Amino acid sequence: MTLLTILFDGVAYGMLLFVLACGLAVTLGLMNFVNLAHGAFAMAGGYVCAVLVNQAGWPFLAALPLAFLASAVIGAVLERLLYRHLYARSHLDQVLFSVGLVFMSVAAVDYIMGSSRVFMQLPEALQGQIDLFGVGIGRYRLMIIVICGLLTVGLQLTLAKTRFGSRLRAAVDDPRVASGLGINVPQVFALTFAFGCGLAGFGGALSAEILGLDPYFPLKFMIYFLIVVTVGGSSSITGPFLASLLLGIGDVAGKYYLPKLGPFVIYTIMIVILIWRPNGLFGRTAAR
Amino acid sequence: MTLALQTIGLEKQFGGLAVTRDLSLNVEAGARHALIGPNGAGKTTVINQLTGVLKPNGGRILLEGHDITHMPVHKRVLRGLSRTFQINQLYADLTPLETIGLAVSERSGHGSDWWRRMGTRADINGEIAENLERFKLLDVMNEPTGTLPYGKQRLLEIAVAIATKPRVLLLDEPAAGVPESERHDILAAVAGLPREVTVLLIEHDMDLVFSFADRISVLVSGALLTEGTPEEVARDPQVKAVYLGEDADV
Amino acid sequence: MTMSTPPEIVGFHARRTARWHWAEFAFWTVLIGCGLLFPSRYLIMTEIVRLGLFALSLDLILGYAGIVSLGHAAFFGVGAYSAGLLALHGIVGEPVLALLVAGLAAAVLGFATSFLVIRGVDLTRLMVTLGIALLLEALAERFSDITGGTDGLQGIVMQPLLGLFEFDIFGKVGFWYTVAVLFVLFLLARRVVHSPFGLSLRAIRNNPLRASAVGIPVNARLVAIYTFAAFYAGIAGALFTQTTQLASLDVFSFERSADLILVLVLGGTGYLYGGLIGALVFKLLQETFSILTPQYWLFWIGLVLVVIVMIGRERLHRWVLFLPRSIARAVRSGKTAAGGAE
Repeated sequence: MTLLTILFDGVAYGMLLFVLACGLAVTLGLMNFVNLAHGAFAMAGGYVCAVLVNQAGWPFLAALPLAFLASAVIGAVLERLLYRHLYARSHLDQVLFSVGLVFMSVAAVDYIMGSSRVFMQLPEALQGQIDLFGVGIGRYRLMIIVICGLLTVGLQLTLAKTRFGSRLRAAVDDPRVASGLGINVPQVFALTFAFGCGLAGFGGALSAEILGLDPYFPLKFMIYFLIVVTVGGSSSITGPFLASLLLGIGDVAGKYYLPKLGPFVIYTIMIVILIWRPNGLFGRTAAR
Repeated sequence: MTLALQTIGLEKQFGGLAVTRDLSLNVEAGARHALIGPNGAGKTTVINQLTGVLKPNGGRILLEGHDITHMPVHKRVLRGLSRTFQINQLYADLTPLETIGLAVSERSGHGSDWWRRMGTRADINGEIAENLERFKLLDVMNEPTGTLPYGKQRLLEIAVAIATKPRVLLLDEPAAGVPESERHDILAAVAGLPREVTVLLIEHDMDLVFSFADRISVLVSGALLTEGTPEEVARDPQVKAVYLGEDADV
Repeated sequence: MTMSTPPEIVGFHARRTARWHWAEFAFWTVLIGCGLLFPSRYLIMTEIVRLGLFALSLDLILGYAGIVSLGHAAFFGVGAYSAGLLALHGIVGEPVLALLVAGLAAAVLGFATSFLVIRGVDLTRLMVTLGIALLLEALAERFSDITGGTDGLQGIVMQPLLGLFEFDIFGKVGFWYTVAVLFVLFLLARRVVHSPFGLSLRAIRNNPLRASAVGIPVNARLVAIYTFAAFYAGIAGALFTQTTQLASLDVFSFERSADLILVLVLGGTGYLYGGLIGALVFKLLQETFSILTPQYWLFWIGLVLVVIVMIGRERLHRWVLFLPRSIARAVRSGKTAAGGAE
């Protein structure tokens, strides 16, 4: 494995993390809701995709949008039923609630789907490697980079250029002023939440091949999503994006060069960064 | 004359916005000094810098001649600079007894005492009782603060500050929001503050300012507009212009 | 008796909260009674008491000082491994002494990490506490030659307690040992929360800014209580190893920290007994759910969490504590009248 391959794998991993976590960047970073259950929505998307592909015989690429849709719908329902009552509650309540959701999702998926890891049947075109200037590049990872890269650009444009983007920014900046301006704040939050969950589900489907998909997915990767958001800060989506890339490359390189230290490196870096910049590496500097 | 509290060329910016500009205040020992100014003049920002909640971008703050510019909040209190808060910041589920007990314990150096129970030191009990009595809080000392009438809460606010035995007391709008029926108690408490305590009053209510202060500084847009005795300030055409523009009460 | 001067009245009321309530005597009597009545249930009762001690530790920082921690298992784990290693290598043979050493090891970690925790807002605290626990778990896995890796520490043999009492297979000695430790530490904690120091913690939880304006050194107090709580968690972890004779990686796990928050929330925060009552309720729930669906009790625990939050913790405790509170109120008003104050 050459340096370039590690870099490539790291970028693919990082982009995947970004798609998985950027919904959390909005709920946690902007709406200040500690949602530890974000990974559960990713897992839901992953399992929907796996069932469609492995059992119903759908083509992988056709099942991906369904993963998005399924998670978005679940997210929308839960937001309307439960989450919205908790936006104003204490962080302790939010932690308790979302941990509860994680536990329920883990046990429920274990009950329905079994506890072993799920493998997705990929089309042949996505298997194997291609050789680019002597660097071995996995086709699947290349596809991830392309899809996630497009998504990132699309998200950035949506937030910066569209009416919905400006409404969201206004709603998050000051909900009271925003509703005074005639913006339906609860609706904006609900849509954003559902969209973030959908993206997580989409990411969950894509990541089954790379991260592995089993009922403990939400717990295993919870810390990774949180790192992306807290290290990346919440002032823009560029921060979480860069943080995802750093985390992805750091994790892949760390596992390759220092296999014995395991996740040790990542946690240490996270703690150091949070001590050094409590608002995140790319976040706003303390406003007060 | 000795200065109890002094700022020298104090500067504070939020982003590009200057909220305190080259402010030099001199508060004499034993004075009843008032700091007034229209809304948005930056009065609360000045208080926050004096007490250490905000760090100034430039200038110095002296308490009885000692530089306290970089001292943390609690050390300033122990050195004799206390404040009251404009909006009640009391501990809702602590009782007045406990709240005053805290302040007295900290001041007397027993605050970090983790073995001896509250209420077992006669000297501290005596001081708590004295403060409760002076501010007419004895009858409600076991009620959770959050359930007290607003006027009582304002009294407790002042009582806590006095319990730290300050030599300089910053009163931030002590009568704000108090209903007319309870106002008298507050005014009496303010008027009855011990003479040896230097008071810097930050206030909107001109009746209170002119009945209480012997010296007034006027703050406009973060800078000192003028300073003088109440009569001088009342006659000052600049002050009139500022206040007539905003509030015809003066 | 009559009391007339204000200082005496003040002193009387200031000490009143610290006075022993009859319900507290009842609580400890029932606990000891259980030990005498159900000798066949020593193992599960030991688990409950130990969990109660662990939750008491979290109550000190969450209920009194307002620090939300997602990684309290870090200190439990350090205590557990310390006790295991001390016994395994015969460094400190006598269990009580080893318990203290293990607690101190956790306290040292608590002291060192407290400076990271007191900085920043809730979210940063959550992340840092969680990160530290995960870090320790990763370290324990990495240094498997010392910790035994995923197999855990094997072959721990405990020496007799104080050189007199041999740990028996029914868990009798383990149970009474755990109860004794809990009681001593509870007395200490009770003393601490009723001191000026304890009162200042409640003030900090209410409003840190206001606390420093009364002259309270907020950071120093938080460092102190965090270290103190870490000591308690370390003792709980050490008791775990000493009474079960094993220590494995899951002592650090996130689930352990999350369950702990649930335990405390079930019992209620900020009055010391919450952790102990919560531990009992939690174990009862766990047992019930395990009978219903052996593998999937996690689901029900999750449901309990969600329901608690949706109903609202405050409201829940009003319901649960309605009876004991009204009795307490009746007793208290009687007491006040007898004291002759006011």
